[in-house]
Amino acid sequence: MRYGMAIDTKKCVGCSDCVVACQTENNVPHGYSRDWISETVEGTYPELALEIRSERCNHCDNTPCVRTCPTGASHVIEGGIVKVTHEECIGCGACIESCPYDARYFHPDGYVDKCTFCDHRIKNGQDPACVAVCPTHCMYFGDLDDPNSEVAKKIATRKTKVLAPEAGTKPQIFYLI
Amino acid sequence: MKTTRRDFIKITSMGAGGLAIATTPLLNWIPGFLKDDSEIPDDATLKRTATYCEVCFWKCAAWTYTDKKGKIVKLIGNKDDQQSNGRLCPRGTGGLGMYYDNDRLKKPLIRRKGKRGETDYFEEASWDEALDLIADNMQRIKEKYGPECVALFSHGSGTSHFAHMLKAFGSTNIAAPSYAQCRGPREVGFDATFGESVGSPEPLDIRNTKCMVLIGSHIGENMHNGQVQEMSQAIENGATIITVDPRFSTAASKSKIWLPIKPATDLALLLAWIHIIIYDELYDKKYVKKYTYGFEQLKNHVKTFTPEWAATETGLDPNKIRDAAYEMGHASPSVIVHPGRHVTWYGDDTQRSRAIAILNALLGSYGKRGGFYIAEKFKIPKYPHPPYPKPKRTWRDAFPGSYKLVNEVISSGVCEATIPNKMINEEDTCNFKAWLVYGTNLISSLPDISNTLDAINHLEFIAVIDTMPMEITGWADVVLPEATYLERYDMLRVLKHRKPSVALRAPATKPLYDSKPGWWIAKQIGERLGLHEFFKFENIEEELDWQLKKIGSSLEEMKKIGVKTFDRTYDDLYYRDGEDLEFNTNTGKIELYSTAMAEEGYDPMPVYTKHPQAAPGYYRFIYGRAPMHTFGKTVNNPYLFDLMDENSVWVNPKVAKEWDLKNGQKIWLKNQDGIIATFPVKVRITERIRSDSVYVVHGFGHNNKKMGLKRSDGRGMSDTEMITNVMNDKISGGTGMRGNFVTFLSEKPTKKQTV
Repeated sequence: MRYGMAIDTKKCVGCSDCVVACQTENNVPHGYSRDWISETVEGTYPELALEIRSERCNHCDNTPCVRTCPTGASHVIEGGIVKVTHEECIGCGACIESCPYDARYFHPDGYVDKCTFCDHRIKNGQDPACVAVCPTHCMYFGDLDDPNSEVAKKIATRKTKVLAPEAGTKPQIFYLI
Repeated sequence: MKTTRRDFIKITSMGAGGLAIATTPLLNWIPGFLKDDSEIPDDATLKRTATYCEVCFWKCAAWTYTDKKGKIVKLIGNKDDQQSNGRLCPRGTGGLGMYYDNDRLKKPLIRRKGKRGETDYFEEASWDEALDLIADNMQRIKEKYGPECVALFSHGSGTSHFAHMLKAFGSTNIAAPSYAQCRGPREVGFDATFGESVGSPEPLDIRNTKCMVLIGSHIGENMHNGQVQEMSQAIENGATIITVDPRFSTAASKSKIWLPIKPATDLALLLAWIHIIIYDELYDKKYVKKYTYGFEQLKNHVKTFTPEWAATETGLDPNKIRDAAYEMGHASPSVIVHPGRHVTWYGDDTQRSRAIAILNALLGSYGKRGGFYIAEKFKIPKYPHPPYPKPKRTWRDAFPGSYKLVNEVISSGVCEATIPNKMINEEDTCNFKAWLVYGTNLISSLPDISNTLDAINHLEFIAVIDTMPMEITGWADVVLPEATYLERYDMLRVLKHRKPSVALRAPATKPLYDSKPGWWIAKQIGERLGLHEFFKFENIEEELDWQLKKIGSSLEEMKKIGVKTFDRTYDDLYYRDGEDLEFNTNTGKIELYSTAMAEEGYDPMPVYTKHPQAAPGYYRFIYGRAPMHTFGKTVNNPYLFDLMDENSVWVNPKVAKEWDLKNGQKIWLKNQDGIIATFPVKVRITERIRSDSVYVVHGFGHNNKKMGLKRSDGRGMSDTEMITNVMNDKISGGTGMRGNFVTFLSEKPTKKQTV
């Protein structure tokens, strides 16, 4: 069992619905977010290309955030989901510094917060809030180890990329390009 | 250019070990509420209440989720709804911000003294006093001038309550800027061609199309939910998308062919496409022969409009123009030349819409799979009331002989007919003396602000009903705070779609502050006007239940299901091959040559007119949408403000270099009439815009802090301020707004134009 996501950049319009859905689902305070939209423009007018990506914690296989955490608050649970135990977090920020994706933030309640893949939803068989809400259906979530899962099939049949592969973190979010 | 996360969400971090403070503590996030993610409640423990969204006009059906304490926690689309298919857009998901917005209107307000716009004199009042004042003024104007001299401007679901009240009172002057400032020209253009207007939602079979052509329509940035969803399906299916836009829009980035057209030349391109499709015989011959009128006239009309001719007008490569036409021809009839929605651009917009309609007719896409489907709507009986009095006059009397092809009220026409010396017919006494303004910020939605204010200053009375203190509230005599859509019932959403359906909006919680639902407000005014016979229901539940029982449902059932979809009763979803059809035109055919237009003295086939281009040092001012905002009404919503809290002006790098502009630099725009924007706007240098144009997202630059609109105050600039040159469409009454040009000021101007 290895949870991961595939996000189709050909379909994503960057509407940010994933960002709001995460905020309302996970009670993320205003001014903060666990996921966000990035855009990359290449070329010069009129020969242009635009890539829009919904980004979040990559729930990496190789997790600098967990390694640098002095209290063990940052940890990996079943399925490879990287989580933070709020009460064990002292807010030292080492994990924030170590993350190449800028995926973590200081929550005003005094701990570091980040994407959980909505593990409270997936245990009930629901998709993460961002995936479930997306009007373009550009996000696929599931078990990467299961070749019959929709996410594994998308990754197998489409050209993909991951973000900052040079960091060696082995991210588990794949962009379909 | 790469946007980093830090640019996107402003994280106020105090560094390692520090805590950040939320700058805008709001009702819905309670510090310390969440000790661990495991405390996030399961959906199964939440209560859900049926609603349909009010953040935009798409009106997606949804569920409002409340926790055990009755607190609204989230909104999720209703899976049985054809508009949302269970998935809201960011505005719908963030709709709870309308409820939680602490800048909301909280109490009725009356301006006790001073002149209109002098907001210092507003005082809180009781509902009784405010409602009495409105009814007294309406009654006084009725007696002195006649009931027709009261007009209603409105937008949104609550319109029906106030429209009913006004019709019972004796006026049919009910206008929405969504017509003359938005889709009016296309409704007239399609009506003249197919005998019916496009309507909303547009009956486009996008999910089954092989080719979709977008002309200035930026799906994905305009979040018309169902269309965004279907465009995504079309992309997945490998459909060809062709985008015509001076800006490399999101849709353009997903297109096989992007045509970066010189603004204001679209009609030249459309005529060239018609030329190619006719002369290269790419049209649907059987369809054209059986269903259309005027093919030979059209063929002759477009004879000289070659792609090479269009290339000189549009600045486009003639081969690309031809390629695009062949893509359409090969996909025929599963092709959509999108009618667009906000089409009031250059004053010849009805003719441009006609050209779009003609293209669809030639390609045989109207009424065909992958083209336009035949939408169907369920007829809902109205709660019994006496017949409305027949008004002696309407807004049309101010414009004798004009707008005969127009089926809705032209809001800018009502505005014109409010200013005595601007009336076309001076003799006419249907000169507006009072306005009721419901849910539309006329300062931002009508072009030429000084003209709007001139009209307002001529009024004897103006009342505004809204949930938020938008700019228009500052110009009111009385302001009534309406409850948000999450706190109120409204009439059923009766949807015209592939299958007819109805949706219920029920309150998930009690209204905050001293706000009241629109239906209650309208009934209270109606009762005070002695119109009890029109408001015989105790409350709206009674009215809804009566209606629902007439169609085989009930309020009780609808509360459980939210949406009820019915089988189609009349036609198939598409025309059958070779089916005999009669269109609602003079000839009974699809009119390539419009006999109705000819009768009215308009060009029966679209004629290209050259429009002015930018003077040196000036750039065409283009505006559009962002996916997280609806007009200007959502900028203050805390969730959506978080996603985009100001607009920026898109400038091509060449232009930026010439003016020595830097990314993020704040500048002031000045238009061709010397109008300078009240607020500065940040420069966004991007290759995604032509070097003869600039672009901003509409709806920012709010300036009503005095009335309590605080969060969004002074964020970004108001595009409406720059729109002082209005190019009127004589056929539809549409107000063309794309004929404005701006230049840049890097210093704060000393003379400020204030609204």
